[in-house]
Amino acid sequence: MGVAPLLDLEDLNVHYGAIWALKGINLTVGEGEIVSLIGANGAGKSTTLRAISGVIKASSGGISFQGEDITKVPAHDVVKMGIAQVPEGRRVFANLSVLENLELGAYIRKDTKGIKQDLDDVLDRFPRLQERIGQVAGTLSGGEQQMLAIGRALMTRPKLMLLDEPSMGLAPLLVKEIFSIIEEINQEGTTILLVEQNARMALQVASRAYVLETGRIVLDGPAKELAQNEDVKKAYLGG
Amino acid sequence: MQDLLQQLLNGLSQGSIYALIAVGYTMIYGIIQLINFAHGDVIMVGAYVALGAALMGFGFIPSLILAMITCAILGVVIERVAYRKVRPVSRLAALTSAIGVSLFLQYTMMYFLGADIRSFPADILPERTYTLGGVIVTNKDLLVLGTTLVLVIILQFIIFRTRTGKAMRAVSFDGQAAQLMGINVNYTVAFTFFIGSAMAAAAGMLYGICFNVQPLMGLMPGLKAFIAAVLGGIGSVPGAMLGGILLGMTESLVAAFGGSMYRDAVAFIILILILLIRPTGLLGKGVQEKV
Repeated sequence: MGVAPLLDLEDLNVHYGAIWALKGINLTVGEGEIVSLIGANGAGKSTTLRAISGVIKASSGGISFQGEDITKVPAHDVVKMGIAQVPEGRRVFANLSVLENLELGAYIRKDTKGIKQDLDDVLDRFPRLQERIGQVAGTLSGGEQQMLAIGRALMTRPKLMLLDEPSMGLAPLLVKEIFSIIEEINQEGTTILLVEQNARMALQVASRAYVLETGRIVLDGPAKELAQNEDVKKAYLGG
Repeated sequence: MQDLLQQLLNGLSQGSIYALIAVGYTMIYGIIQLINFAHGDVIMVGAYVALGAALMGFGFIPSLILAMITCAILGVVIERVAYRKVRPVSRLAALTSAIGVSLFLQYTMMYFLGADIRSFPADILPERTYTLGGVIVTNKDLLVLGTTLVLVIILQFIIFRTRTGKAMRAVSFDGQAAQLMGINVNYTVAFTFFIGSAMAAAAGMLYGICFNVQPLMGLMPGLKAFIAAVLGGIGSVPGAMLGGILLGMTESLVAAFGGSMYRDAVAFIILILILLIRPTGLLGKGVQEKV
């Protein structure tokens, strides 16, 4: 092995009460990569991201980020270390304005100048948010909320961005737009771990991918190879 | 007409005390969906602290500040000791714990200070009355209204203009998403108790000055403020203020027009009616749609 990976999950187990949700996951994400995690509903994809963010605690195994063990770090401190999550269902603060949502993304930061700069960048990237800056986030469309959720995560200035089903419930055209934004963000230097049910898109943008089935990783490898794999084709790409 | 104005003024004064208490109820409910039954007793503790300070010769404002700080800390301790661990278990467990805290505060005070009814020394506020177009305004009324107004403005400022206020609003909408922004939810909840309990202490002192101080004094205003919070839409701060004022005025009108015996009953009838007609309260939003 050369350089240590940015994110390293080692034999990660997670339980929800009696339910064994993750059964010894091993996964790495290298600096600068886009890695996709695909699988059916309930396979444990979101659970993996939630464990990385510290929202749920691992029952055993370890998570390290930049070589540092973060398994026991509380969720609000994980963000400070440089891991942002765009959660499933966007979870924007619907009672707050677009601007306030973005400002909350920068909640952990004190560098007023940098925050201002990042806010301008986010608004340049998503002109639709600029148009609705004073509007309450609950009034945005699904696509706009997804942009807001991504913008909000960018405001934390993450090294690693976790995206949970960013295409969910969006029209095909919007899905394309969101994915090209994800690629842009990656090209500008943010590493990405992407969870998707839309396996086709997920394998297109990623360099490597993992396939998760009922809490276990059953396949992994370069995304292009997985896209050609007969089992993957049958199960996730519609034959 | 003058009678009506007089009663509305009395109601406004009484109602703003309810409003101060209701604000705490509604903020705490908003952030952790807990009806903090001990809130009424925080009022009582606040009244005793203020009374003690006043008896030692402190003036109105120092006594008020002392009571607010003491209760703010008490609120944080209550949350830490009695709620934090049980909150994730179930709402019912937290509610039961709240009732326990309520009884604990009432009877601890009774044990140490006795059940005697006490009054604030008259010199904390030598009574003055003014006549304004036939309506009698006492300096007590002005004090209550002024204090409430100042505190409500400070509260609005904290909620809408500060970083922690923004965090409070985020946590009350979606605690988990707030965590993902790096917001420390436990700290934010504690801060909410801090603010809410400080408001309760102020209400307690005002209530004590208008009436008297005894260990069970928090019960009725606590319940009434709870009604006010539900009336306005629980979780909504402007709703709690509106609910408090409306309730105070209604009570005062009912009392004036021959129904003083029914005053409390009317308050609860209003609650039932509102819940039947508009279950989310006057300014309450239904469950917000999360797309």
